[in-house]
Amino acid sequence: MKFSKKAKTASGIPTASLPDIVFMLLIFFMVSTVFKESTGLKVTLPDARKIEKLPGKRNVAVVWADRAGRISIDDIILNVEDINNIIYQKAVDPLNPLKVVSLRIDKEVEMGTVTAIQEELRTVGGAALQVNYSTKTAAD
Amino acid sequence: MFVDKGKKEGVEIPTSSLADIAFLLLIFFLVTTTIDTDKGISLALPEKGETKEINKKNIANLLINANGDIMLDEQPISVREIENRARDMIRQNDLIIFSVKTDAKTQYDIYIDVLDQLKRANAKRISIAEPES
Repeated sequence: MKFSKKAKTASGIPTASLPDIVFMLLIFFMVSTVFKESTGLKVTLPDARKIEKLPGKRNVAVVWADRAGRISIDDIILNVEDINNIIYQKAVDPLNPLKVVSLRIDKEVEMGTVTAIQEELRTVGGAALQVNYSTKTAAD
Repeated sequence: MFVDKGKKEGVEIPTSSLADIAFLLLIFFLVTTTIDTDKGISLALPEKGETKEINKKNIANLLINANGDIMLDEQPISVREIENRARDMIRQNDLIIFSVKTDAKTQYDIYIDVLDQLKRANAKRISIAEPES
């Protein structure tokens, strides 16, 4: 008896839905991408183990402070006294209400500077009181 | 003269390269997307002008000086010991407030280490005192 070993139906991976799948992935990445708005200052963040994640990059104001004593928000170098103005404007922005202030402070900055920033945030009040000290994950 | 308007060959947009184009865009977004979220130690600062009278026995004073030496309730302590000590203190008194007081010249690094230790001991009540200059 002879068996035909070759299947007669043409076998192949159907590629008709490939563009759909790719488009779906594309849309996901387009929606989730947040382009960097500022580059910030060059800082070495401290390490910590018990850390929490911030919900996202939207509605977060980032205050940078480097070891040279410069303070920057949105790539503008400013004095400590100007922080409350800028953060206040972010807090009252009806489109993107501020939720958290992220402090990206170099680990060699002195506490005097950190407290000065915190005092400025306290004068704004409300959402500006929610701070997050940015850290790296420490290796055990 | 008549132009044959009816005679048409299949007029279609070629879609064979659609997937290629979509892939190209996909790769662009894949490369530009940064998934790394901001992470760190969260803390709620107190409202300005908000002062509370607190029973002295519910306060644990954590003092950090400019050299990074730490004192917990008048006793020198190393950073690594804070977690266990704080855990014991919370077990004895769950209303305890850890008051962290730094010197103006203290390094931020040490302050974060201390906060991290307190967070690891599940301390919920942390207060930040103004530094002494």
